[in-house]
Amino acid sequence: MQIAVCIKQVVTREAQLRIDEGRAWIRDQDASYEMNEPDAYALEEALRLRERHGGDVVACSAGPARVGQLLREALARGADRAIHVEGDDLARADALTVAGALAGPLREAGVDLVLTGLQSDDQGFGQVGVILAELLGLPSATIIMDVEVSDGAARVKRELENGWFQWVALPLPALLTIQSGINQLRYATLKGIMAAKKKEIRKVAPPAPPDTRQRITGLRVPERAKQTHFLEGTPAETARELVRRLREDARVLRED
Amino acid sequence: MILVVAEQRDGALNKASIEAVVGAQQLGDAVKAVLFGGDLEPAAKELALSGVEAVLTVSDAALADYTADGHVIALEQVIAAESPELVLLPHTYQTRDFAPALATRLARPIVTDCVGLRREGTTVTFTRPMFQGKVLADVVVEAGPPWLATVQAGAFKAEALEKRSSPAPIVPVKVEIADGAIRQRPEAPFREARQAVDLTRADRIVAVGRGIKGEEHLEIARGLASALDAELAASRPICDNGWLPMDRQIGSSGQTVAPRLYVALGISGAIQHVVGMKGAKVIVAVNKDPEAPIFEISDYGIVGDLFDVVPAIIKELSA
Repeated sequence: MQIAVCIKQVVTREAQLRIDEGRAWIRDQDASYEMNEPDAYALEEALRLRERHGGDVVACSAGPARVGQLLREALARGADRAIHVEGDDLARADALTVAGALAGPLREAGVDLVLTGLQSDDQGFGQVGVILAELLGLPSATIIMDVEVSDGAARVKRELENGWFQWVALPLPALLTIQSGINQLRYATLKGIMAAKKKEIRKVAPPAPPDTRQRITGLRVPERAKQTHFLEGTPAETARELVRRLREDARVLRED
Repeated sequence: MILVVAEQRDGALNKASIEAVVGAQQLGDAVKAVLFGGDLEPAAKELALSGVEAVLTVSDAALADYTADGHVIALEQVIAAESPELVLLPHTYQTRDFAPALATRLARPIVTDCVGLRREGTTVTFTRPMFQGKVLADVVVEAGPPWLATVQAGAFKAEALEKRSSPAPIVPVKVEIADGAIRQRPEAPFREARQAVDLTRADRIVAVGRGIKGEEHLEIARGLASALDAELAASRPICDNGWLPMDRQIGSSGQTVAPRLYVALGISGAIQHVVGMKGAKVIVAVNKDPEAPIFEISDYGIVGDLFDVVPAIIKELSA
């Protein structure tokens, strides 16, 4: 089975974000990056499906040169080869542009299953997978917590809201967006890292972006919905003040 | 005209659909709503009283059970017939499953997870969170109508609905769905094994997030829960890692709670978590990152290392 997994490189969760002078993006010159978490689960699921059914896993990403490092990491975790759609503008691009950039190489690759994470930690569109399915003419299912494959079809467990789930069957080839927590992640071994050095990352130029796009006109830090009382001092001082306030002002402690 | 795509299950309209109607009303334009499924009468009657101009009902055997393909095919036809300027949907798991494909079929982008909408000249500016809610972005669509957008749960208040005295007409609409056009075959929705813990009844909750760093550190959170006579809960990543069972999860994929006291330890406050706990009466957050979005909804905030702060709180409580 040929499996493609689309992964994104995002600014680390711990990053202290500063809005840049143009107020249309963050200052990311000195940022550190990591694999988008739901995409890491999608990659892991692709590797597990390959272990059960055989075949190849190709990792795909759209973004600037630094994305090469992300793809190398995916290869070290066990992907067989990688495709890098390289373009500086792709890091900030909207979902339709990114999906459009990934569609061409995936169409050429002729895969049975495409996996993506359900959304990214940076722009958080939650769209690229579903758009990609539409561009490739594939059926899709989203927010998936289990994947069974047999006889040219997939049966997948969709997460609904409030603790509900649903199994959905769909013919292959198909696209699935993967929810975090579907599996337990593995990390690259030294052997994997060494092996990755010999694996291929094919670079592809992106197509012209679509005519219809969404554009960010301004960024700002959200206002507080509540008046937060920040308690300061040593841990002992803040603890004392917090307990006093919870007991006397908020009156939410259980009184014996 | 703004077309709101409402969502119903077993005849019940969800709150997010009403919130989307409120968002549409606040843009100050005529609003119609559309419903898909099998028996739509109960939900349509409720929607008809919500202040919309008309309720379009698309009742078709092929749409009785939700599928992504069914929704895309049906909505494409409704949009072609109605020519709305804006199509507004609630940002639910169901919408996320089909709306981006619908937009692509219409050769349009879709602006997802909006928390604000405002008219500026001949266009609409959409406000949506980015970077896990740390930043808000104003976004415009560089294309003519129909624009498409989804609105985040709670961004508009259902109580702000401007109802009308007389019900709006309910207009049945026919769509063509070719045999074999729907590729997904859904089975009946189900719940996992009964929830062992009902957090919705808890008076006090101590919840842990990524900041707890390792399973072995959960003891410190347990200690605080015990000192506060609180239930222990967690954000999704903790349950994903298997450090706590799934029935301790708070948020859009877990339980929704409104205790008197909610103590968030090392929880950044991503919207998926916040929707499950923002109804708490008093919220305390302990986080190393002074810009963590959890502080935006907290009554008391402590910027610091939970491994220093929590033992001090436990000590103070037992003093």
